[in-house]
Amino acid sequence: MRKAKQWIGINLMLVFTLIVAAFLGIVVYDLLYKGSSVISFEFVFDFPRNGNTEGGIWPATVGTALVTLITALFSIPLGVGAAVYLNEYAKENWMTQLIRASIRNLAGVPSIIYGLFGVAIFVNGLGFGASVLAAGMTLGLLTLPYIITTSEEALKTVPDSYREGALALGATKWQAIRTNVLPNAVPGILTGAILGLSRAAGETAPILFTGALYYLRYLPQSVFDPFMVLPYHLYILSTQHHAMEEVRPLAYGTALVLISLILLLNISAFILRYRFRKAQMR
Amino acid sequence: MNRNRTDRLFSYLFLGAGMLSVLILLGIFLMLLINGIRTFAEINPLEFLFGSTWNPSAYEKASYGIGSMLVSTLMVTLGAMIIAVPLGIGSAAYLSEIAPARVREILKPILEMLAGIPSVVIGFLGIVLLGPAIASTFGLNNGLNALNGSILLAVMALPTIVSVAEDAIRAVPNSFKEASYALGANRWITLTRVTLPASFSGIIAAMVLGMGRAIGETMTVLMVTGNNLSMPNSYFDSIRTLTATIAIELGEVAYGTTHYFSLFAVGAVLFTISLLVNIVAEWVASKFRY
Repeated sequence: MRKAKQWIGINLMLVFTLIVAAFLGIVVYDLLYKGSSVISFEFVFDFPRNGNTEGGIWPATVGTALVTLITALFSIPLGVGAAVYLNEYAKENWMTQLIRASIRNLAGVPSIIYGLFGVAIFVNGLGFGASVLAAGMTLGLLTLPYIITTSEEALKTVPDSYREGALALGATKWQAIRTNVLPNAVPGILTGAILGLSRAAGETAPILFTGALYYLRYLPQSVFDPFMVLPYHLYILSTQHHAMEEVRPLAYGTALVLISLILLLNISAFILRYRFRKAQMR
Repeated sequence: MNRNRTDRLFSYLFLGAGMLSVLILLGIFLMLLINGIRTFAEINPLEFLFGSTWNPSAYEKASYGIGSMLVSTLMVTLGAMIIAVPLGIGSAAYLSEIAPARVREILKPILEMLAGIPSVVIGFLGIVLLGPAIASTFGLNNGLNALNGSILLAVMALPTIVSVAEDAIRAVPNSFKEASYALGANRWITLTRVTLPASFSGIIAAMVLGMGRAIGETMTVLMVTGNNLSMPNSYFDSIRTLTATIAIELGEVAYGTTHYFSLFAVGAVLFTISLLVNIVAEWVASKFRY
């Protein structure tokens, strides 16, 4: 009886786990099955034509790359800086606790709120208008808590003896951080940054009103131009298009390109992390 | 000495970067407050919170009641939790206590990738796959309703629930389990009577954090719940959440009108809920640590 209960319980847990894993399987399988026939050289490298009913997604792909670049330029230096402060400088006092509590709460703020913030501050307040810059900075804010947390984890793995060695040779604190701490944390920081940016690249809600446009016949010429972007393009094709059923294949193609990009970033981050761990064990 | 000055300069730079998070959180709060509060120059706050009619562009008298959206948000969140909690805790317990190391090494990255799938892609599959499936199973005209939203939000909340719950279960000291085995308990009894109860607060925290994700999710619910503003009666009704309302209306509203400010007030309500959820999660998680 006891054995039977254990057998049922454990197998039920296994089934639950497989169901969870199956969700990823369903997503990937369906997109590959219905999207791969759409993918062609023309689809990836051509401009959309005829109000998004024909042609490709080139401006959306370029837009995604550009906005992610702005996000990276904005969030990585600030995020790593904050992580260095927390791990190398901060003492355990109320201010540090306040900073940590803020980071945790920022991570829980809904993405649409970041969108509201972007509209109020970057688009209207600072006058960037709906642009690559406003959208990139909005996504940067959203990614910041993630980058701080993962960078701090990476800094924690650098042994104290590295710092002490530099300090004993007369280095200042900053010199010790620059020469001994940061270089050894770079793989870990990079892993976290790639994962964070891959999330940002798939976000839609924060950029709905901060710069994404649904149809452009040209690429953005400066950071103050609006842009097309893959997630928003998918949203438009699947819910806002006048001929929704006809453009389903294009929507599948867009979804497949988007998810391939994101899974590629994810996998490269996992490989980087795996190598980093192996190198550390030696 | 020059190098000491550089050292001091960098220590201030890092302090600045550290303080930035506090400033951003404060900035978001003030931005919502300053813009949102102007709604109440014309609208009674109680009517805003409990009124069930949202019709800002009415010809006669515009009404701003978020009641039906609050109910809708709570409804999809509850639905998502009913699905995600058993699946999530079951998987977490399996991954941390039962699964061989090799299986875990494959399943953990899969979960992380599930967390990385953009919400707009999940929403898209809700339209093309789950929607038609729900419609044909239950004989409905279309499958864009609260049930669809709940299932997809469950998928999106699962990675959070599994990873936080797994950490909590893993944190239970081995001595607890060894004592249980020594008393003759098998793995299942040890898990259900010792390990899970011991990690109870962490598991609750996982549920609350997963709930936070579901409440704040925008694109998925926007795409698959049909966005009908009337008060929902069942999970087969089309609903419209707080997040979806901001996403739908911010693009078409005139800058500086009561309607514009009211969307920030909706944002303030959402922000307050997400802060409360986080505070509760942290409080629960801190109740019980080894």
